[in-house]
Amino acid sequence: MRNTFIGSPVERREDLRFLRGRGTYVDDLAPDHLLHAVILRSAVAHGLLLSVDATGALQVPGVHAVITGKDMPDGPPIIPMRLQPLPEFRPFEQPVIAHEKVRYVGEPIAVVLASSIAVGEDALERIVLDIEAQPAVTSSDAAARGGSLLFDQAGTNRSLVFEARKGDADAAFRDAPYVRRERLRVGRHYGLTMEPRGVMAEWDAASGRLIVSGAAKVPFFNRRILAKQIGLPEHTIDMVENDVGGGYGARGEFYPEDFLIPFAARLTGRPVKWIEDRRENLMAMNHARECEADIEIACTPDGTILALRGEVHTDMGAYMRTNGAVGARNVCQFMAGPYRIAHIKLDSSLWMTNKTPVGTYRGPGRFESNFFIERMIDIAAADLGIDRIAFRRRNLITQAEQPYPVATVQPTDARDEYDSGDYRTTLERCLGEFGWDEKAKVAGKLIDGRYHGIAVGCFIEGGAAGPKESARLEIDADGTISVHMGTSSVGQGVETVFAQIAADALELPIERIRHVHHGSTNTVSDGYGAYHSRSTVMGGSALLDAAGKFQHAIREASAKRLECDASAIRIEEDKVHGPGGASFPLAELAGLSAEGAFLNKRHTYSYGTHAAHITVDAKLGHVQIVDYVVVQDVGRAVNPLTLRGQVIGSLVQGLGGALLEQLQYDEQGQFLTGTLADYLLPTASDFPNLRCIVTEDYPSPINPLGVKGAGEGGIIAPGGVMANAVANALQSFGAQPRQLPLTPGYIWQLVQDAEARRQAAAE
Amino acid sequence: MPVQFTVNGKAVAVAVEARMTLADCLRQHLQLTGTHLGCEHGVCGACTVIVDGDAVRSCLMLAVQAEGASVVTVEGLSNDAGLTPLQTAFRKHHALQCGFCTPGFITTAHALLSEEPYCDADRIREVLSGNLCRCTGYISIIDAVLEAREAYQKAAAE
Repeated sequence: MRNTFIGSPVERREDLRFLRGRGTYVDDLAPDHLLHAVILRSAVAHGLLLSVDATGALQVPGVHAVITGKDMPDGPPIIPMRLQPLPEFRPFEQPVIAHEKVRYVGEPIAVVLASSIAVGEDALERIVLDIEAQPAVTSSDAAARGGSLLFDQAGTNRSLVFEARKGDADAAFRDAPYVRRERLRVGRHYGLTMEPRGVMAEWDAASGRLIVSGAAKVPFFNRRILAKQIGLPEHTIDMVENDVGGGYGARGEFYPEDFLIPFAARLTGRPVKWIEDRRENLMAMNHARECEADIEIACTPDGTILALRGEVHTDMGAYMRTNGAVGARNVCQFMAGPYRIAHIKLDSSLWMTNKTPVGTYRGPGRFESNFFIERMIDIAAADLGIDRIAFRRRNLITQAEQPYPVATVQPTDARDEYDSGDYRTTLERCLGEFGWDEKAKVAGKLIDGRYHGIAVGCFIEGGAAGPKESARLEIDADGTISVHMGTSSVGQGVETVFAQIAADALELPIERIRHVHHGSTNTVSDGYGAYHSRSTVMGGSALLDAAGKFQHAIREASAKRLECDASAIRIEEDKVHGPGGASFPLAELAGLSAEGAFLNKRHTYSYGTHAAHITVDAKLGHVQIVDYVVVQDVGRAVNPLTLRGQVIGSLVQGLGGALLEQLQYDEQGQFLTGTLADYLLPTASDFPNLRCIVTEDYPSPINPLGVKGAGEGGIIAPGGVMANAVANALQSFGAQPRQLPLTPGYIWQLVQDAEARRQAAAE
Repeated sequence: MPVQFTVNGKAVAVAVEARMTLADCLRQHLQLTGTHLGCEHGVCGACTVIVDGDAVRSCLMLAVQAEGASVVTVEGLSNDAGLTPLQTAFRKHHALQCGFCTPGFITTAHALLSEEPYCDADRIREVLSGNLCRCTGYISIIDAVLEAREAYQKAAAE
């Protein structure tokens, strides 16, 4: 049976439970004798934690215990970095609970265990803190001035400088006929998940087993951290992945609560559950993005980019968290994006501030750097009097140049190269679908009170982080096949995608692939999880390997049974067939299992082009999208339906970052955006006119499926595209957006400043 | 405090603290965990249930306020046999990913289509703009609700 599930828009199997309210998220678990954990968080951004007095809290009826750093005999464990674990970062890593010092509003200070959340919250108010406030550091600039240090022993607020180098940028700038320098800023966003985080831990003292529910993203890695911190052998801990209500890079990293809740369960011998509320989520889950670039571009008069040089300063928040360095690394490693730039010299500084720590958010460093390079290109093209499209065409990398090397980053010696693709093809396709020439006629024009603007932007998206992924196939008691994956689900539909791949590989009806298990540590021997758009590439390729081994194992076992040659065995539907009409049900091989793996250290690079037509109300600063087209080449689409969901979904997140989303602090480091009325997300009525086209022109040469990670492309380009579209719309004012998000207030200010400049010039 | 109301057509009687929300009551006392809590301050809409025909945020309503009311949750809009036309349209259009906000969209869309089976896309966007989804970008949700109108129009005609 030859299948073609790969490439088909198979409807998702997950939907059958989600649509009927039958999903099981971590907060849906409620074992007997459950204790609820609530966390006292610092209301002071920076200060010495002199004492924590929980006496009053312990007197509240229903309160079982209060945990502070003093309950940890060797001091609170430190959370190690998962990615780029450099020794330089060690002084800046986060303890699981504040002791001696608090460094951001939201840092955990105490955990109350109570009979209900409400009782626990009552008790929180009775904990008395003595904090001696210190001056808060609330920007990269302030961190650099060094008047107040977050970590005295480190002697600096800068945890590292990444240096991206390629060619000889200084020489190129020395001889360049055209140079332009700009300062550009990106605001603080985060990967807000609709389901707040949650952890439930159960400790069975008799068997010495610890079960932790609510795991996500990287359960195997987190188990290694937890085992070490809590002093248990890894194999005695099960990390269980339930349904996960969104990830976006932020959920599933090892946070303080991932230690505190298992610790509480072990201390009390009772199941303990902690569910984050939204205010906590806004101030406790990883923040992202906030950075400022001071960069120069050098070009020839005909618009060939010669070199890129400058500095990026990232506001890291208070601690170096597990993947906190990724954005600051990517922002300098990938600033050239899809463009051919021979000479690059970019320094990316990581500044510690008294804000919520930073981690990855979908398209980390890529959203930011795409905004920077695309803004520089439109500004340079205008300076040189070159059409924006012609400028891009001239500089986009072609298939003949692949694999194309990117800048090398120190001190991690990060080297990378793009895998395949002709980046001009998506540009041309996008311009055609968008109707660029026709829409260009209204660019800059005032029609019915609104200025029209158009812009285009190109991007690359990295995927397929290695080094390895695992998959296992097993015959269940009823003769159906179960898939067990080392990757995780964050809601993206991997159960369906892996069922498609398994059905094609095993040449069985997709209904025979009954269960797709993923994420939990008890399902395969090793797993690496869901990040860097890796699940389909790495997990899917591992699954192909497992399928080959699985078929081989079935043939061998069946041949022995039917006393024939293994090559004579056929597997069809629910039966195994041998020569001469001999057959038996697959169920009789129940328990037969085979594990496969895929090892890979190279990355996939999907790529594409976005184009937008917007209107701007210059008096109100409001931006409306008239049309928006994405064309993205993904090499090969396993499920066009879910892939389109990834593209449009990430696009709207990107538009949120471009226009709406901004986490804010005051000068004392007080957090100002603690509700969803303050942190604005896109809604159903904001961006109704979005289109996406997925192409499969250049399959990836580095994996057997030919697929490329494609879960982040949509979010990478909107910042640059929207800023350039606003500049295009407001060209009569000479307005040049230099920061994101493009809030109504900011656009209004741009117009006011332009008017003031015009008046000053007239006088 | 004792409170009695009907949930999904079934009479229930529970004893709750005065401060307990309807959402917590549904989830904790009645084990109806399909209703999700995304913000607990009335912005995200994930906890939307239908109270006497109206879409209501169950995080902003106290359980004791439900006395005598008829409450319908996502479980009450579902059956074991398969998917309803609204759910079928959601699945067809890939109008959900992580599924966490989905019950709120189903209840809100059901309340809208029951009242206004001939509503247009703008009206659907306006009503659903009170529900946040972080995965889909909404386009597919609007397409799904538009498609589901036909079933509600037929039901209204009968």
